[in-house]
Amino acid sequence: MSAAEKLDPELEAFRADARAWLSENFPSSLKDRDVAMLTMAGISLTGDAKLWRDRMGEKGWGTPTWPKQYGGGGLSSAQARVLQQEMARIGARSPIAGMGVMMFGPTLLEYGSEEQKQRHIPKIVNGAVRWCQGYSEPNAGSDLAALRTQAVDKGDHYLVNGQKIWTSGAQFADWCFCLVRTDNTKKHEGISFLLIDMKSPGIEVRPIKLISGDSPFCETFFTDVKVPKENLMGPLNGGWTIGKRLLQFERAGLGDGGGSQGRALNARGIEQLAKDYVGVDDDGRIADAELRTRIAEHQMNAKAFALTIARARAEAKSAYGPSATTSIMKNAGSRLQQERAELLLEIMGAQGLGWDGEGFSREEIDSTRAWLGGKAVTIYGGTYEIQNNIIAKRILGLLDHQ
Amino acid sequence: MAVLSEEQTMLRDAAKSWVSEKSPVTAFRKVRDSGNAEGFDRDAWREMAEMGWAGIIIPEEFGGSGMGYLTLGLVLEETGRTLTASPLVSTALAATSALIVGGSNAQKQAWLPKIAEGKAIAALAVDEAAHHAPAKIALKATKSGSGWTLSGKKTFVLDGGAADVLVVAARTSGKSGDANGITLFLVPGDAKGLMRQKLKSVDSRGVANLAFENVEVGADAVIGSVDQGYGILESTLDRARAGLAAEMLGMATQAFETTLDYLKTRVQFGQVIGTFQALQHRAAKMYTDLELTRSCVEAALSAIDSNSNEVPQLVSLAKAKANELAHLVSNEMVQMHGGIGMTDAHDAGLYLKRARAAEATFGSAAFHRDRYASLLEY
Repeated sequence: MSAAEKLDPELEAFRADARAWLSENFPSSLKDRDVAMLTMAGISLTGDAKLWRDRMGEKGWGTPTWPKQYGGGGLSSAQARVLQQEMARIGARSPIAGMGVMMFGPTLLEYGSEEQKQRHIPKIVNGAVRWCQGYSEPNAGSDLAALRTQAVDKGDHYLVNGQKIWTSGAQFADWCFCLVRTDNTKKHEGISFLLIDMKSPGIEVRPIKLISGDSPFCETFFTDVKVPKENLMGPLNGGWTIGKRLLQFERAGLGDGGGSQGRALNARGIEQLAKDYVGVDDDGRIADAELRTRIAEHQMNAKAFALTIARARAEAKSAYGPSATTSIMKNAGSRLQQERAELLLEIMGAQGLGWDGEGFSREEIDSTRAWLGGKAVTIYGGTYEIQNNIIAKRILGLLDHQ
Repeated sequence: MAVLSEEQTMLRDAAKSWVSEKSPVTAFRKVRDSGNAEGFDRDAWREMAEMGWAGIIIPEEFGGSGMGYLTLGLVLEETGRTLTASPLVSTALAATSALIVGGSNAQKQAWLPKIAEGKAIAALAVDEAAHHAPAKIALKATKSGSGWTLSGKKTFVLDGGAADVLVVAARTSGKSGDANGITLFLVPGDAKGLMRQKLKSVDSRGVANLAFENVEVGADAVIGSVDQGYGILESTLDRARAGLAAEMLGMATQAFETTLDYLKTRVQFGQVIGTFQALQHRAAKMYTDLELTRSCVEAALSAIDSNSNEVPQLVSLAKAKANELAHLVSNEMVQMHGGIGMTDAHDAGLYLKRARAAEATFGSAAFHRDRYASLLEY
């Protein structure tokens, strides 16, 4: 609803504080720049970028709602939204991001021991430690619980052997949160949640080259890796519940409908691109009437999705609380992203078929690579089909098909 | 679901219980089977008016409650669920909107209080051929003395047979297809020279074709300014489209829920058919589309209430999405019910028929996609 939100004086006081702090501490050289992406790509920060990360890390505002006792910002979610608004206003992006912030941290706060929280949370808060996710295996994709990487109890430590795949950023990660098998006689109840130092002897990481030419994911091999027992998070054989909770945090962050890829051409507006590449008729309409219809259809889908995100936010803030609406977000968003990439490719025609080198603009190559990379969005974080299973089972109450 | 005020929640709940007690699908079926040529039950309409539903968008000074379009949408959603046939769309939404948007004080005074009380049925007469095309107005209005003479035809007018008064889009200059030169007139249902042919439509609603043979009206029958009616007509149609989309959202929601219940109870091969993944994924798709469409419908109605300049785009979005949704869900309702869904005794066919009629009313999905692209200047 469009009813004006009432201004809360306490929140407005916080807004003034946040604004003052940001104007003092945000280096203007970083306007609209994504420092966190550099960190995730394994680049160490220097100069203003390092300064910004250190300041935000110290303030705890990269993880604004996490408890103060572990270095988090200790803000309410309303305050965190205000902070986000104030940052967006001046083009400031959080320098602290990645899987530690988005997925592992929130899960650790729920399920970790006090010692584990004290040891790991502060280093996620200040961006010092990068985490990667050891979930999928070559024979455990959608059927994740079929995982076989073994952790054997050796008295004072676990001995880990096996292989993980699609470990994003493993080549740059300091630590890995991992699902391992600790009981071969049960499926879901034989899985534990283990934290593994990536510098441990016996770990080998091999980047995987994708169809887009990028290597955002790795294969990670574990050969007789010793993991101290204190690194078990939650109960032995109780890792599946924790692992699923973490996936909820992951899915909440996925399928935002745009992604950060291919923004270069997207930003100009798909209809403008079509006019440029395809031409217009005497009335100023995109010359290819059939393509024009599909562009309109796509833009209407995009608008419907944006309105649904806005509605879900309004509902979450209201007395009703969050609704089941969020369950559709990943599929609706990922479908939209792919639809857009395909349209862009079609609009560019032969100019959309460049791989590298001369004859193609940087924007064209980026869009084409993003089209290829974007095929992953209906596969990772629970495939399109798995999401439909989840909607059918959890929201619609249909019985498990298996 | 949009975040509602306490008043809106109460009205929605009242609508929910009234339709389930007084106007379930069996009530519509009864109207259909009774051969009622008007296509709605006058007693039910009286009750709806008594609850204030006919005056939800009518300002208080003209006898309504002035609660706005999002509120009317809540009621339409509930009546849509049970396929309730009533003049809610023709009268309380479409024709009333024309008066609110473009009517003079005298015209409002003459009609709005009667409409709010449920004592007058009104209709909006726009299209003249098989497809919705608001600029393609050929029905001619020529000056005669101090008034006007109307000649031509209108097709598929909602409640056109029962209407006490009609809002008629006529051409006063230019040619069919021009936006300029259209004028709106208020014409009494019993005007001399007006012939009304009640149609038997697939959705058993009260629709009529109208023939105007030198129908004379006074100068005071003009809504807004002569030749400048297209703006009022578009605003009126946008209000009607958004409200109809709300009805369709309700209809699709109920069709989906009924189908989902069936998936959970029908047993084949020794298990409920809802365990079959081929059906589960189609159900998940429908649910996803329901959620997306709800956002569009509520945004369009809210935009009307707040007088946003995004109304045309949001309305075309809402109507196109509601059309696609009703189309998909009504087809799946029949298919997933199998043989029983093909029988007249089952409700699936009623939803299918109503869906197609509502899809065609005030613009198909193709019409609204084209309009959306034009509004965004491509």
